[in-house]
Amino acid sequence: MVDFGGWDMPVQYSSQIGEHHAVRRAAGVFDVSHMGVLDLRGQGVRPFLLQLLANDVGKLRVPGKALYSCMLNERGGVLDDLIVYYLNDYWFRMVVNAGTRDKDLTWIREHARPLAVEVTERTDLAMLAIQGPEARTKAAQLMPPSEAAAALALGPFVGRELGRWFVARTGYTGEDGFEIMMPAADAVPAWRGLNSLGVASCGLGARDTLRLEAGMNLYGNDMDESTDPFESGLGWTVALAPPERDFIGRAALEPIAREGSARKLVGLLLEERGVLRAHQKVLAAAAGEGEITSGTYSPTLERSIALARVPASTGARVQVEIRGKLLGARVVKPPFVRAGQSLI
Amino acid sequence: MSNVPADLRYTKSHEWVRALGDGTVEIGITDHAQHELGDLVFVEVPEAGRTVKADEPCAVVESVKAASDVYAPIAGEITAGNPKLAAEPEMVNADPYGEGWLMRLKPSPGALAAAALLSATEYQKVLDAEGG
Repeated sequence: MVDFGGWDMPVQYSSQIGEHHAVRRAAGVFDVSHMGVLDLRGQGVRPFLLQLLANDVGKLRVPGKALYSCMLNERGGVLDDLIVYYLNDYWFRMVVNAGTRDKDLTWIREHARPLAVEVTERTDLAMLAIQGPEARTKAAQLMPPSEAAAALALGPFVGRELGRWFVARTGYTGEDGFEIMMPAADAVPAWRGLNSLGVASCGLGARDTLRLEAGMNLYGNDMDESTDPFESGLGWTVALAPPERDFIGRAALEPIAREGSARKLVGLLLEERGVLRAHQKVLAAAAGEGEITSGTYSPTLERSIALARVPASTGARVQVEIRGKLLGARVVKPPFVRAGQSLI
Repeated sequence: MSNVPADLRYTKSHEWVRALGDGTVEIGITDHAQHELGDLVFVEVPEAGRTVKADEPCAVVESVKAASDVYAPIAGEITAGNPKLAAEPEMVNADPYGEGWLMRLKPSPGALAAAALLSATEYQKVLDAEGG
Protein backbone atom coordinates (compact mmCIF):
# COMPACT_ATOMS: atom_id res chain seq x y z
CA MET A 1 0.00 0.00 0.00
CA VAL A 2 1.21 3.54 -0.73
CA ASP A 3 -0.04 7.03 0.02
CA PHE A 4 -1.45 8.62 -3.14
CA GLY A 5 -2.87 12.13 -2.73
CA GLY A 6 -3.85 11.27 0.84
CA TRP A 7 -5.40 7.90 -0.09
CA ASP A 8 -3.97 4.52 0.92
CA MET A 9 -3.87 2.62 -2.35
CA PRO A 10 -2.44 -0.75 -3.42
CA VAL A 11 0.40 -0.72 -5.96
CA GLN A 12 -0.59 -4.23 -6.93
CA TYR A 13 -3.10 -6.90 -5.91
CA SER A 14 -1.14 -9.89 -7.28
CA SER A 15 1.49 -9.16 -9.93
CA GLN A 16 1.88 -5.74 -11.51
CA ILE A 17 2.84 -7.25 -14.86
CA GLY A 18 0.04 -9.82 -14.65
CA GLU A 19 -2.50 -7.05 -13.99
CA HIS A 20 -1.12 -5.04 -16.90
CA HIS A 21 -1.50 -7.97 -19.32
CA ALA A 22 -5.02 -8.69 -18.02
CA VAL A 23 -6.08 -5.21 -19.16
CA ARG A 24 -4.35 -5.45 -22.57
CA ARG A 25 -5.71 -8.95 -23.26
CA ALA A 26 -9.06 -9.23 -21.40
CA ALA A 27 -10.29 -6.92 -18.61
CA GLY A 28 -9.20 -5.37 -15.32
CA VAL A 29 -10.86 -3.15 -12.71
CA PHE A 30 -9.26 -0.19 -10.91
CA ASP A 31 -10.60 1.65 -7.87
CA VAL A 32 -10.28 5.30 -8.91
CA SER A 33 -12.49 6.71 -6.16
CA HIS A 34 -9.58 8.95 -5.13
CA MET A 35 -10.30 11.17 -8.14
CA GLY A 36 -12.40 14.25 -7.45
CA VAL A 37 -15.90 14.42 -8.95
CA LEU A 38 -17.31 17.95 -9.07
CA ASP A 39 -20.80 18.91 -10.19
CA LEU A 40 -21.09 22.43 -11.59
CA ARG A 41 -24.60 23.80 -11.83
CA GLY A 42 -26.22 27.08 -12.74
CA GLN A 43 -27.30 29.30 -15.61
CA GLY A 44 -23.76 30.58 -15.98
CA VAL A 45 -22.00 27.22 -16.10
CA ARG A 46 -21.15 27.20 -19.83
CA PRO A 47 -19.77 30.78 -19.87
CA PHE A 48 -17.85 29.89 -16.71
CA LEU A 49 -16.18 26.84 -18.28
CA LEU A 50 -15.45 28.74 -21.50
CA GLN A 51 -13.34 31.02 -19.31
CA LEU A 52 -11.90 28.39 -16.93
CA LEU A 53 -10.63 25.74 -19.35
CA ALA A 54 -8.01 25.84 -22.11
CA ASN A 55 -10.06 23.46 -24.26
CA ASP A 56 -13.36 24.77 -25.61
CA VAL A 57 -16.55 23.44 -23.98
CA GLY A 58 -18.34 25.11 -26.88
CA LYS A 59 -17.45 21.87 -28.75
CA LEU A 60 -19.81 20.00 -26.39
CA ARG A 61 -23.29 19.99 -27.94
CA VAL A 62 -24.54 16.44 -27.37
CA PRO A 63 -25.53 15.67 -23.74
CA GLY A 64 -23.10 13.22 -22.15
CA LYS A 65 -20.16 14.17 -24.38
CA ALA A 66 -16.84 14.54 -22.54
CA LEU A 67 -13.86 16.81 -23.18
CA TYR A 68 -10.26 16.48 -21.93
CA SER A 69 -8.74 19.83 -20.95
CA CYS A 70 -6.06 21.59 -19.00
CA MET A 71 -6.98 24.17 -16.40
CA LEU A 72 -4.30 26.89 -16.52
CA ASN A 73 -3.13 29.72 -14.33
CA GLU A 74 -2.64 33.23 -15.73
CA ARG A 75 0.97 32.36 -16.68
CA GLY A 76 -0.22 29.43 -18.81
CA GLY A 77 1.07 26.86 -16.29
CA VAL A 78 -0.99 23.70 -15.89
CA LEU A 79 -3.00 23.71 -12.62
CA ASP A 80 -4.55 20.34 -13.48
CA ASP A 81 -5.73 18.16 -16.33
CA LEU A 82 -9.31 16.97 -16.17
CA ILE A 83 -12.33 15.56 -17.97
CA VAL A 84 -15.53 17.57 -18.15
CA TYR A 85 -18.91 16.07 -19.14
CA TYR A 86 -21.71 18.17 -20.63
CA LEU A 87 -24.91 16.84 -19.06
CA ASN A 88 -27.28 19.70 -19.85
CA ASP A 89 -27.05 23.47 -20.28
CA TYR A 90 -27.15 23.98 -16.50
CA TRP A 91 -25.10 21.00 -15.36
CA PHE A 92 -21.54 19.91 -16.19
CA ARG A 93 -19.56 17.28 -14.28
CA MET A 94 -15.77 17.48 -13.89
CA VAL A 95 -13.30 14.76 -12.84
CA VAL A 96 -10.02 16.10 -11.40
CA ASN A 97 -6.84 14.57 -9.97
CA ALA A 98 -6.72 13.53 -6.30
CA GLY A 99 -3.46 15.34 -5.53
CA THR A 100 -4.77 18.67 -6.84
CA ARG A 101 -8.35 18.41 -5.57
CA ASP A 102 -8.12 21.00 -2.77
CA LYS A 103 -6.19 23.50 -4.91
CA ASP A 104 -8.63 22.96 -7.78
CA LEU A 105 -11.68 23.47 -5.59
CA THR A 106 -10.34 26.75 -4.21
CA TRP A 107 -9.50 27.98 -7.73
CA ILE A 108 -12.79 26.85 -9.27
CA ARG A 109 -14.96 28.26 -6.45
CA GLU A 110 -13.12 31.60 -6.60
CA HIS A 111 -13.82 31.93 -10.33
CA ALA A 112 -17.35 30.46 -10.14
CA ARG A 113 -18.66 32.94 -7.58
CA PRO A 114 -19.20 35.93 -9.92
CA LEU A 115 -21.16 33.72 -12.35
CA ALA A 116 -23.31 32.15 -9.59
CA VAL A 117 -22.17 28.63 -10.49
CA GLU A 118 -22.69 26.17 -7.67
CA VAL A 119 -19.79 23.73 -7.15
CA THR A 120 -20.56 20.46 -5.34
CA GLU A 121 -17.91 17.87 -4.52
CA ARG A 122 -19.46 14.41 -4.96
CA THR A 123 -17.73 12.61 -2.10
CA ASP A 124 -20.76 10.29 -1.96
CA LEU A 125 -19.65 8.66 -5.22
CA ALA A 126 -17.09 5.90 -5.73
CA MET A 127 -15.56 5.35 -9.16
CA LEU A 128 -14.45 2.11 -10.78
CA ALA A 129 -12.56 1.98 -14.08
CA ILE A 130 -13.15 -1.29 -15.99
CA GLN A 131 -10.68 -1.45 -18.87
CA GLY A 132 -9.67 -3.88 -21.59
CA PRO A 133 -11.08 -5.46 -24.75
CA GLU A 134 -13.65 -7.44 -22.71
CA ALA A 135 -14.33 -4.68 -20.16
CA ARG A 136 -17.58 -3.26 -21.51
CA THR A 137 -19.34 -6.59 -21.97
CA LYS A 138 -18.26 -7.77 -18.50
CA ALA A 139 -19.33 -4.53 -16.82
CA ALA A 140 -22.67 -4.57 -18.63
CA GLN A 141 -23.42 -7.92 -16.98
CA LEU A 142 -23.71 -6.08 -13.65
CA MET A 143 -26.56 -3.91 -15.00
CA PRO A 144 -30.27 -4.57 -15.64
CA PRO A 145 -30.87 -5.48 -19.34
CA SER A 146 -32.17 -2.10 -20.53
CA GLU A 147 -29.33 -0.20 -18.83
CA ALA A 148 -26.76 -2.69 -20.10
CA ALA A 149 -27.96 -2.12 -23.67
CA ALA A 150 -27.77 1.65 -23.19
CA ALA A 151 -24.26 1.37 -21.71
CA LEU A 152 -23.04 -0.78 -24.60
CA ALA A 153 -24.48 1.77 -27.05
CA LEU A 154 -22.40 4.64 -25.61
CA GLY A 155 -19.98 6.16 -28.10
CA PRO A 156 -16.33 6.85 -27.24
CA PHE A 157 -15.88 9.65 -24.70
CA VAL A 158 -19.58 9.80 -23.83
CA GLY A 159 -21.17 9.29 -20.39
CA ARG A 160 -24.74 8.81 -19.26
CA GLU A 161 -26.73 8.39 -16.06
CA LEU A 162 -28.14 4.88 -16.00
CA GLY A 163 -30.18 4.21 -12.85
CA ARG A 164 -27.96 4.90 -9.83
CA TRP A 165 -24.78 4.83 -11.91
CA PHE A 166 -23.07 7.30 -14.23
CA VAL A 167 -21.42 5.19 -16.92
CA ALA A 168 -18.80 6.75 -19.21
CA ARG A 169 -16.82 5.18 -22.07
CA THR A 170 -13.54 6.71 -20.96
CA GLY A 171 -10.29 5.53 -19.38
CA TYR A 172 -6.59 5.96 -18.80
CA THR A 173 -5.14 2.77 -20.28
CA GLY A 174 -5.35 3.03 -24.08
CA GLU A 175 -7.97 0.29 -24.09
CA ASP A 176 -11.74 0.43 -24.51
CA GLY A 177 -13.76 0.37 -21.30
CA PHE A 178 -15.95 2.22 -18.83
CA GLU A 179 -15.43 4.50 -15.90
CA ILE A 180 -18.45 4.14 -13.63
CA MET A 181 -19.38 6.55 -10.85
CA MET A 182 -21.70 4.94 -8.33
CA PRO A 183 -22.96 5.39 -4.77
CA ALA A 184 -20.09 4.33 -2.50
CA ALA A 185 -22.14 1.44 -1.08
CA ASP A 186 -22.36 -0.13 -4.57
CA ALA A 187 -18.59 -0.26 -5.10
CA VAL A 188 -17.64 -3.39 -3.13
CA PRO A 189 -20.49 -5.55 -4.53
CA ALA A 190 -19.68 -4.30 -8.06
CA TRP A 191 -15.96 -5.07 -7.58
CA ARG A 192 -16.72 -8.60 -6.35
CA GLY A 193 -19.19 -9.10 -9.16
CA LEU A 194 -16.54 -8.13 -11.70
CA ASN A 195 -13.98 -10.45 -10.07
CA SER A 196 -16.47 -13.33 -10.31
CA LEU A 197 -16.80 -12.57 -14.06
CA GLY A 198 -13.04 -12.94 -14.43
CA VAL A 199 -12.13 -9.24 -14.33
CA ALA A 200 -8.72 -8.85 -12.63
CA SER A 201 -8.24 -6.48 -9.68
CA CYS A 202 -5.59 -3.93 -10.73
CA GLY A 203 -3.52 -1.50 -8.65
CA LEU A 204 -1.74 1.80 -9.18
CA GLY A 205 1.35 0.09 -10.61
CA ALA A 206 -0.48 -1.37 -13.62
CA ARG A 207 -2.41 1.90 -14.01
CA ASP A 208 0.92 3.71 -14.44
CA THR A 209 2.48 1.27 -16.93
CA LEU A 210 -0.75 1.18 -18.97
CA ARG A 211 -1.13 4.97 -19.17
CA LEU A 212 2.52 5.42 -20.07
CA GLU A 213 2.32 2.84 -22.88
CA ALA A 214 -0.80 4.73 -24.02
CA GLY A 215 1.25 7.97 -24.07
CA MET A 216 -0.98 9.67 -21.51
CA ASN A 217 0.45 12.31 -19.18
CA LEU A 218 0.44 12.07 -15.39
CA TYR A 219 -0.11 15.36 -13.61
CA GLY A 220 2.80 16.25 -11.30
CA ASN A 221 5.22 14.12 -13.36
CA ASP A 222 4.81 15.17 -16.97
CA MET A 223 3.35 18.63 -16.40
CA ASP A 224 2.62 20.98 -13.52
CA GLU A 225 2.24 24.70 -12.79
CA SER A 226 5.79 25.38 -14.03
CA THR A 227 5.13 23.97 -17.52
CA ASP A 228 2.67 25.00 -20.23
CA PRO A 229 0.58 22.63 -22.39
CA PHE A 230 2.74 23.14 -25.51
CA GLU A 231 5.90 21.82 -23.84
CA SER A 232 3.86 19.00 -22.25
CA GLY A 233 2.56 17.28 -25.39
CA LEU A 234 -0.85 18.84 -24.74
CA GLY A 235 -0.96 21.53 -27.43
CA TRP A 236 -3.81 19.61 -29.09
CA THR A 237 -6.02 20.34 -26.06
CA VAL A 238 -5.56 24.12 -26.25
CA ALA A 239 -8.36 25.70 -28.30
CA LEU A 240 -7.11 29.08 -29.56
CA ALA A 241 -10.10 29.29 -31.93
CA PRO A 242 -12.41 31.11 -31.65
CA PRO A 243 -10.07 34.04 -31.01
CA GLU A 244 -12.62 35.91 -28.89
CA ARG A 245 -12.80 33.17 -26.21
CA ASP A 246 -10.74 34.70 -23.43
CA PHE A 247 -9.80 31.71 -21.23
CA ILE A 248 -7.44 31.94 -18.26
CA GLY A 249 -3.85 31.58 -19.51
CA ARG A 250 -4.66 32.56 -23.11
CA ALA A 251 -2.60 35.75 -23.06
CA ALA A 252 0.47 33.83 -21.87
CA LEU A 253 0.04 31.04 -24.45
CA GLU A 254 -0.52 33.14 -27.56
CA PRO A 255 3.12 34.23 -28.02
CA ILE A 256 4.27 30.63 -27.39
CA ALA A 257 1.81 29.33 -29.99
CA ARG A 258 3.09 31.92 -32.45
CA GLU A 259 6.82 31.53 -31.85
CA GLY A 260 6.98 27.87 -30.81
CA SER A 261 8.15 26.28 -27.55
CA ALA A 262 11.79 25.94 -26.59
CA ARG A 263 11.07 22.43 -25.30
CA LYS A 264 8.87 19.51 -26.26
CA LEU A 265 7.63 16.32 -24.63
CA VAL A 266 8.66 13.19 -26.55
CA GLY A 267 8.52 9.45 -26.13
CA LEU A 268 11.75 7.50 -25.58
CA LEU A 269 12.42 3.86 -26.27
CA LEU A 270 15.52 2.49 -24.55
CA GLU A 271 17.64 0.51 -26.99
CA GLU A 272 19.71 -1.20 -24.32
CA ARG A 273 18.88 -3.15 -21.17
CA GLY A 274 17.83 -1.12 -18.15
CA VAL A 275 14.88 0.92 -16.93
CA LEU A 276 14.21 4.59 -17.66
CA ARG A 277 12.97 6.50 -14.59
CA ALA A 278 11.70 10.01 -13.91
CA HIS A 279 14.45 12.66 -13.45
CA GLN A 280 17.17 10.82 -15.35
CA LYS A 281 19.17 13.20 -17.52
CA VAL A 282 18.70 13.11 -21.31
CA LEU A 283 21.59 14.19 -23.56
CA ALA A 284 20.41 15.41 -26.97
CA ALA A 285 23.80 16.13 -28.56
CA ALA A 286 24.06 19.71 -29.83
CA ALA A 287 20.40 20.41 -28.98
CA GLY A 288 21.26 20.34 -25.26
CA GLU A 289 19.91 18.44 -22.29
CA GLY A 290 16.52 17.34 -21.08
CA GLU A 291 14.96 15.18 -18.41
CA ILE A 292 12.76 12.12 -18.22
CA THR A 293 9.38 13.01 -16.70
CA SER A 294 7.96 9.46 -16.49
CA GLY A 295 9.74 6.19 -17.16
CA THR A 296 9.00 2.53 -16.71
CA TYR A 297 9.39 -0.97 -18.03
CA SER A 298 6.76 -1.62 -20.69
CA PRO A 299 5.29 -5.11 -20.16
CA THR A 300 3.76 -5.09 -23.67
CA LEU A 301 6.97 -4.08 -25.50
CA GLU A 302 9.28 -5.87 -23.01
CA ARG A 303 11.63 -2.91 -22.96
CA SER A 304 11.83 0.41 -21.20
CA ILE A 305 9.86 3.47 -22.33
CA ALA A 306 9.59 7.04 -21.09
CA LEU A 307 8.23 10.51 -21.64
CA ALA A 308 10.94 13.18 -21.60
CA ARG A 309 11.04 16.95 -21.86
CA VAL A 310 13.84 17.85 -24.27
CA PRO A 311 14.97 20.84 -26.38
CA ALA A 312 12.68 21.46 -29.35
CA SER A 313 15.49 20.74 -31.85
CA THR A 314 16.20 17.25 -30.44
CA GLY A 315 16.69 14.71 -33.21
CA ALA A 316 15.86 11.03 -33.57
CA ARG A 317 18.29 9.64 -31.02
CA VAL A 318 19.41 10.65 -27.52
CA GLN A 319 21.44 9.24 -24.65
CA VAL A 320 20.10 8.76 -21.13
CA GLU A 321 22.33 8.79 -18.07
CA ILE A 322 21.53 5.87 -15.78
CA ARG A 323 23.76 5.42 -12.70
CA GLY A 324 26.67 7.13 -14.43
CA LYS A 325 26.39 5.22 -17.72
CA LEU A 326 25.11 6.63 -21.02
CA LEU A 327 22.58 4.40 -22.75
CA GLY A 328 21.11 4.95 -26.24
CA ALA A 329 17.42 5.72 -26.71
CA ARG A 330 15.25 6.35 -29.77
CA VAL A 331 12.91 9.34 -29.86
CA VAL A 332 9.38 8.24 -30.79
CA LYS A 333 5.96 9.80 -30.97
CA PRO A 334 3.62 8.51 -28.23
CA PRO A 335 1.45 6.47 -27.85
CA PHE A 336 3.61 3.35 -27.65
CA VAL A 337 0.65 0.94 -27.45
CA ARG A 338 -3.03 1.31 -28.31
CA ALA A 339 -5.79 -1.31 -28.12
CA GLY A 340 -3.32 -4.08 -27.34
CA GLN A 341 -1.07 -3.35 -30.34
CA SER A 342 2.47 -2.00 -30.36
CA LEU A 343 2.74 1.20 -32.40
CA ILE A 344 6.54 1.26 -32.26
CA MET B 1 4.84 -15.51 5.18
CA SER B 2 8.31 -15.18 3.72
CA ASN B 3 10.52 -18.19 3.31
CA VAL B 4 13.67 -17.92 5.52
CA PRO B 5 15.84 -21.06 5.07
CA ALA B 6 17.56 -22.07 8.32
CA ASP B 7 20.91 -22.93 6.68
CA LEU B 8 21.64 -19.41 5.36
CA ARG B 9 22.96 -16.22 6.97
CA TYR B 10 21.32 -12.83 6.40
CA THR B 11 21.71 -9.05 6.55
CA LYS B 12 19.31 -6.40 7.78
CA SER B 13 19.21 -5.05 4.22
CA HIS B 14 17.67 -8.37 3.05
CA GLU B 15 20.61 -10.14 1.42
CA TRP B 16 21.34 -13.81 2.10
CA VAL B 17 24.76 -15.52 2.24
CA ARG B 18 25.52 -19.21 1.62
CA ALA B 19 28.93 -20.78 2.36
CA LEU B 20 29.88 -22.90 -0.65
CA GLY B 21 32.49 -25.04 1.12
CA ASP B 22 35.40 -23.93 -1.10
CA GLY B 23 36.04 -20.74 0.87
CA THR B 24 33.70 -18.66 -1.30
CA VAL B 25 30.13 -17.52 -0.57
CA GLU B 26 27.03 -17.12 -2.74
CA ILE B 27 24.87 -14.01 -2.26
CA GLY B 28 21.32 -13.12 -3.23
CA ILE B 29 18.26 -11.23 -2.03
CA THR B 30 15.70 -12.81 0.28
CA ASP B 31 12.22 -14.03 -0.52
CA HIS B 32 10.88 -11.08 1.48
CA ALA B 33 12.95 -8.63 -0.61
CA GLN B 34 11.85 -10.05 -3.96
CA HIS B 35 8.24 -9.99 -2.81
CA GLU B 36 8.47 -6.35 -1.69
CA LEU B 37 10.06 -5.31 -4.99
CA GLY B 38 7.52 -7.12 -7.15
CA ASP B 39 8.17 -8.37 -10.69
CA LEU B 40 11.87 -7.86 -11.47
CA VAL B 41 12.62 -6.60 -14.98
CA PHE B 42 16.33 -5.76 -14.83
CA VAL B 43 19.24 -7.06 -12.77
CA GLU B 44 22.82 -5.75 -12.94
CA VAL B 45 25.43 -7.99 -11.29
CA PRO B 46 29.11 -7.20 -10.65
CA GLU B 47 31.88 -8.59 -12.84
CA ALA B 48 34.33 -11.20 -11.62
CA GLY B 49 37.54 -9.67 -10.28
CA ARG B 50 35.93 -6.60 -8.74
CA THR B 51 36.94 -5.95 -5.12
CA VAL B 52 34.13 -4.77 -2.85
CA LYS B 53 34.01 -3.37 0.67
CA ALA B 54 31.39 -4.49 3.19
CA ASP B 55 28.11 -2.58 2.68
CA GLU B 56 29.24 -1.28 -0.73
CA PRO B 57 26.47 -1.21 -3.37
CA CYS B 58 27.51 -3.87 -5.87
CA ALA B 59 24.38 -4.97 -7.73
CA VAL B 60 21.10 -3.39 -8.80
CA VAL B 61 17.70 -5.07 -8.90
CA GLU B 62 14.91 -3.21 -10.67
CA SER B 63 11.25 -4.05 -10.59
CA VAL B 64 8.58 -2.27 -12.60
CA LYS B 65 8.11 0.16 -9.75
CA ALA B 66 11.63 0.86 -8.42
CA ALA B 67 15.39 0.31 -8.57
CA SER B 68 17.17 -0.98 -5.46
CA ASP B 69 20.84 -1.39 -4.63
CA VAL B 70 22.16 -4.67 -3.31
CA TYR B 71 24.99 -4.31 -0.77
CA ALA B 72 28.00 -6.57 -0.33
CA PRO B 73 27.42 -8.35 2.99
CA ILE B 74 31.15 -9.16 3.26
CA ALA B 75 34.31 -7.51 1.95
CA GLY B 76 36.12 -9.51 -0.73
CA GLU B 77 36.63 -10.22 -4.40
CA ILE B 78 33.76 -11.09 -6.73
CA THR B 79 34.35 -14.48 -8.33
CA ALA B 80 31.16 -14.54 -10.46
CA GLY B 81 27.97 -12.65 -11.24
CA ASN B 82 25.00 -14.82 -12.18
CA PRO B 83 25.14 -14.67 -16.00
CA LYS B 84 21.57 -15.90 -16.49
CA LEU B 85 19.88 -12.91 -14.84
CA ALA B 86 20.52 -10.52 -17.76
CA ALA B 87 18.06 -12.49 -19.86
CA GLU B 88 15.89 -13.85 -17.05
CA PRO B 89 15.63 -11.32 -14.19
CA GLU B 90 12.34 -12.94 -13.13
CA MET B 91 14.40 -15.90 -11.85
CA VAL B 92 15.06 -13.83 -8.72
CA ASN B 93 11.30 -13.76 -8.05
CA ALA B 94 10.78 -17.41 -8.87
CA ASP B 95 13.77 -18.89 -6.99
CA PRO B 96 15.49 -16.26 -4.81
CA TYR B 97 17.60 -18.77 -2.87
CA GLY B 98 18.54 -20.99 -5.84
CA GLU B 99 18.71 -20.11 -9.55
CA GLY B 100 18.18 -16.44 -8.65
CA TRP B 101 21.52 -16.01 -6.85
CA LEU B 102 23.23 -12.72 -7.73
CA MET B 103 26.97 -13.15 -7.14
CA ARG B 104 29.74 -15.26 -5.65
CA LEU B 105 32.53 -13.73 -3.60
CA LYS B 106 35.82 -14.77 -1.99
CA PRO B 107 35.90 -12.99 1.40
CA SER B 108 39.02 -11.00 2.28
CA PRO B 109 41.06 -12.54 5.15
CA GLY B 110 39.07 -12.12 8.36
CA ALA B 111 36.13 -10.46 6.57
CA LEU B 112 33.71 -13.33 7.11
CA ALA B 113 34.31 -13.28 10.87
CA ALA B 114 34.03 -9.48 10.92
CA ALA B 115 30.74 -9.39 8.99
CA ALA B 116 27.69 -8.81 11.19
CA LEU B 117 25.56 -11.55 9.64
CA LEU B 118 22.27 -12.69 11.14
CA SER B 119 21.04 -16.21 11.71
CA ALA B 120 17.67 -17.24 10.21
CA THR B 121 16.02 -16.70 13.61
CA GLU B 122 17.53 -13.23 13.97
CA TYR B 123 16.53 -12.29 10.41
CA GLN B 124 13.00 -13.49 11.05
CA LYS B 125 12.87 -11.06 13.98
CA VAL B 126 13.91 -8.23 11.65
CA LEU B 127 11.02 -9.15 9.34
CA ASP B 128 8.59 -9.39 12.28
CA ALA B 129 9.66 -5.92 13.43
CA GLU B 130 9.01 -4.58 9.89
CA GLY B 131 5.57 -6.12 9.97
CA GLY B 132 6.51 -8.61 7.26
